Amino acid sequence: MFHTPNLKEHDHANELSVITRILCAIAIGTLSLSLIIMLIVTDNPSSVLPALVQQQLTQSGVQNPVTAVLLNFRSYDTLLEIGVLLIVAVAMLPNSNFISNINSDMPGNNPSSGRLVSVVTNAQVNPTLEAVLRWLVPMIVVMAGYMLWTGAALPGGAFQSGALLAGAGVLVQLSGRLQFCFTSTIAKLLATIGLIAFMVVAVGVAPTTGVILQYPTELAGPLILLIEIAATLSIATILLLLYNSLATQIPEMSPKPLASNKQPSASNKQPPAQE
Amino acid sequence: MDSVLNVDILLPMLVGLPLTAAILTTLVKGQGLRASISIAVALMQLIIVVALLSWLSNGGTSLDTQNQRYSLGGWGAPLGIDLTIDGFSALMLALTAALTLVLTVYSRYYFFEPRSQIDKTARFWPLWWLLIVGINGLFLSSDIFNIYVTLEIIGLAAVALVALDGSRAALTAALRYLLVGLLGSLCYLLAVALLYRTYGTLDLAQLSVLAEPTAITWAALALITTGLLLKTALVPLHFWLPLAHGSAPAPVSAILSALVVKTSFYLLARFWLDALAPASTDYGLIMLGILGAAAIFWGSIKALQATRLKLMVAYSTVAQLGYLFLLFPLVLSTEDTRDAGLTGPAVSAIAYFIVAHACAKAAMFLVAGNIMRTFGHDEIARLHGLAKYMPLSLFTFAIAGASLIGLPPSAGFISKWLLLNVAIDTGQWWWVIVILSGGLMAAMYVFRILNIAFINDDEKAQTEPEQKPINTLPKVMALCAFLLAMLTIVLGFDAELILDLVTIGDVV
Amino acid sequence: MSQDLLYIIASIGLFGIGLYGLIVAPHIIRKILAINIMSIGVFMLLVASASTVNGTPDPVLHAMVLTGIVVAIAGTALALFLAGKIHTLGQASDKDGH
Repeated sequence: MFHTPNLKEHDHANELSVITRILCAIAIGTLSLSLIIMLIVTDNPSSVLPALVQQQLTQSGVQNPVTAVLLNFRSYDTLLEIGVLLIVAVAMLPNSNFISNINSDMPGNNPSSGRLVSVVTNAQVNPTLEAVLRWLVPMIVVMAGYMLWTGAALPGGAFQSGALLAGAGVLVQLSGRLQFCFTSTIAKLLATIGLIAFMVVAVGVAPTTGVILQYPTELAGPLILLIEIAATLSIATILLLLYNSLATQIPEMSPKPLASNKQPSASNKQPPAQE
Repeated sequence: MDSVLNVDILLPMLVGLPLTAAILTTLVKGQGLRASISIAVALMQLIIVVALLSWLSNGGTSLDTQNQRYSLGGWGAPLGIDLTIDGFSALMLALTAALTLVLTVYSRYYFFEPRSQIDKTARFWPLWWLLIVGINGLFLSSDIFNIYVTLEIIGLAAVALVALDGSRAALTAALRYLLVGLLGSLCYLLAVALLYRTYGTLDLAQLSVLAEPTAITWAALALITTGLLLKTALVPLHFWLPLAHGSAPAPVSAILSALVVKTSFYLLARFWLDALAPASTDYGLIMLGILGAAAIFWGSIKALQATRLKLMVAYSTVAQLGYLFLLFPLVLSTEDTRDAGLTGPAVSAIAYFIVAHACAKAAMFLVAGNIMRTFGHDEIARLHGLAKYMPLSLFTFAIAGASLIGLPPSAGFISKWLLLNVAIDTGQWWWVIVILSGGLMAAMYVFRILNIAFINDDEKAQTEPEQKPINTLPKVMALCAFLLAMLTIVLGFDAELILDLVTIGDVV
Repeated sequence: MSQDLLYIIASIGLFGIGLYGLIVAPHIIRKILAINIMSIGVFMLLVASASTVNGTPDPVLHAMVLTGIVVAIAGTALALFLAGKIHTLGQASDKDGH
C-alpha cells in the first residue's frame, strides 16, 4: 500500500484488487461500528476540568476560558506547538545558496535578496486583484489586529489572527506585484520571534513566582498579550512561508494570473474539465 | 514562594535548552558557528542530566512535597501540565544526552563541506535540536495530550531529517515515514479523546489511579498500541523503517534507530504497565510478545539478505526491536506486577537492553556512514578487503556486533542474561529459545560482514578489483563510532550503574 | 442524547472513511487528503465531547482541537512538499531519460 508514491492520475498499476478493498472496508467498518457502540454504551462522568477552569479563570488574566487554557494553564503545549510550526518552516525553507534552475522570475526564488518583501520588476500583475487588494489588505490587517485583541474575552487569539495575516500575504503574492524571500534575516527573525518571546516570558517570570511559565497574577493579562503578538507574527510568517514553498515548487503550478485561459498543465492535478 | 534555584528547575531546562539551540542555529549564519553552538549545548545538556541523576540517586526529595514532579505554570495536574521523572525515564534521558553529544560531534564533521554551494547545516541543526526537544519532552511529560504534541514534534523533525539530502530515495522513504507517523499519531489522539471522555483527566498519574478494566479503556489501549506500534515499527507494521533508516544521513539513522523508535516503545511500556494497567489483558501481553518474536526472526532473515550495509543495519534494528517487546509477556507471571508500574526485573532487563542496543546500533550506523564516505558506496558485495583501509571502523563494527549478538563482556550480553533470567524465573521457556536463536541469527549477519571485510580472498581479488578509498575520513568520525562501541563494553563491565538507576522511583 | 449519538457516528465514520482512503487510494494526494479526513473525524469527536451539563463547553477540549489543527496543517504541508519534490525529481529524470 505504501510503495512508490503515485503521482500519475490514472495509473491503475498500483491499485489494490477489488477483493482486498472489500475486505479492508469490512474490517474497518466492523472496527468502527464496535467503537461507536462502545462509545454509546459508556456513560461519562462529567469532567472536573471545566469547573476548575471556571474557578481559576479570574486569576488567569483573560476572560475567555479557551485563551486561558491555551496561554496560561496549558501554555507549554502552545509553546511546543509553535515549535512544530518552526520544524516545518525550517524543513521547507528554500536553500539559501540555492542556484535556481527554475525560472528565476518566480516569486520567492531570489536567493540573496536581503529583503523580506520586494517589488517584482517585470511583473505579470493581475490588475483586478491588485486594485481590490489596495482596499482589502488594510482591512484584513485591522481585522487580524482586532481578533488578536479580542481573544482575551471573545473567540479569537494568536492563531486566528496569524492565519488571517497569512491569507493576506497569499493574496498579495497572487497579485504578482510583490514577492517574498524567506531566507532573509528578517524573515527568520519573524519566524522565531514567537518562540523567543514565549521562552523569555517563561524564564523571566520564574524569579518572581518561582515556577517556569507561572505568570504573576497582576501581569498575566499583559504577558499573554505580549506572547500572542509575537506568536501572531511568527504564525503568519510561517504559514506564508509554507504556502510560498509549495506554490513555487512546481513551475507550472505557480499562479499565472494573466496567462491564457488554459489551466496550469500539471500532470498531477485533475483537469478541471472532467468531473 | 520557593526559591527558583531548586533542582526541579533542571526538568524544564532539558526542554528549554535544546529549544534555545534550535532558535540560535536557525538565526545564526555560518556552518562553524552553528556547529560550535551545537556542541556547547550538547555538553550543557549532558551536565544537566548528570546533575539530575546524581540528585535522584541521593534520595530525590525537593522543597516541593510533590517530589520528582514539576508543575509548569504552577497550576498542577489536571488543570496544568506536569513534568515528571522516574528511574526509567531518567535512564532514557541520560541515554539521550550521551548519544546527542557524540552524534553532535560526529555531525559537525559529517556535514562540513566548505566548498559545497548548498548549506545543509542550515537545515540540519535546527531540525536536530527540535528533535531533541521532542525526545526530552516526551520522556519528561506526564500529560497524554502533551505526549501527542511531542510525538508529532519527533515525527515531523525525523521526517525532515530523513529527507535532508534530497535524493529521490530519501524523499520517498521520508514521505512514507510521514504518512505512517501521522496515521500513528491520529490513532493515539483518538485514544486520548476516548480517555478524556471516560475519565475526565489528561494526566498519566491520575489515569493510573482512575483506570478501570472497561471496554472503552481497552479500546483506547488498543488504539494507542496500534498507533505506537506503527511508530515503533514492530512486525508487521515495520515496512517503512528499513528504507527510512537506510536512506538517511548517518547521524540521522543513528539517532532514529537508537532513540526515536525507543520513544514510542517507552510510551507503550508506560501505558501497558503503568497508566492503563488495569485494562491490559494477558492475551494482549502475550500477543505483543509473539509479534516481538516474529520481528526477531523476520528482521534477522531480511538482514541476512540485504545487499547494502545500511539496509542490513536497519533490518537489524527491526529484529532487535522485537526483543523489546518480550517485556510484555515477561511481566505476566508474578501476581503483583500490575501494581508495580515501571519497575521489576523484566523492566530492568529491557531498560538495559535499550541502552545496549542504542549504543551498538548508533556505532554501527556511524561505521556504515564512514564506509560510505570513504568508498562512495555501501554495497556489501563490494566491500571485500575493507579491513586494510579502515581497521578502526571494522573493529568498531565487530564490537558493536558482539553486543548485538550478546557476547560477553558487552552490555548486550548483560541485557540478554537478564532477560534469560527473568524468562527462566517465570517459567516461560519458549522465550528462552527465542532469545537464544535471535542471538544466533544476529551472529550470522554480523559475521557475514566481517567475513567479507577481513578476509581478502585471492580469487575474488582477481575477478573484481579491490576497492580503493575515494575520500579520506576525518579521524574524529571514526573515533566517535569507536567511542560508542566502547561504551557497550564499559556498560558490560559495570551493570550496577544502570540497574541502580532504573530502580529509582519505586523508593518513594 | 441523539445529538451526541450523531456526532459519535459522524466522527468515527469519518475516521473509518479516511483510514480506508489512506490504505486504498493509489494517488498520493488522495492519501494526504485521507489523513486530513481522519484528523477531522478525531477533532469532531473532541469538540462533541465538550458539552457539559450546565451549558458552558469544556475549554480544554477546544484548546486541544486548536493545537491539533495546527499540527495537522504542519503535517499536511510537509507531506505536500515532499510529494511535490518527488514529482519534480521524477519529471527531471524523465527528461534526462532513465
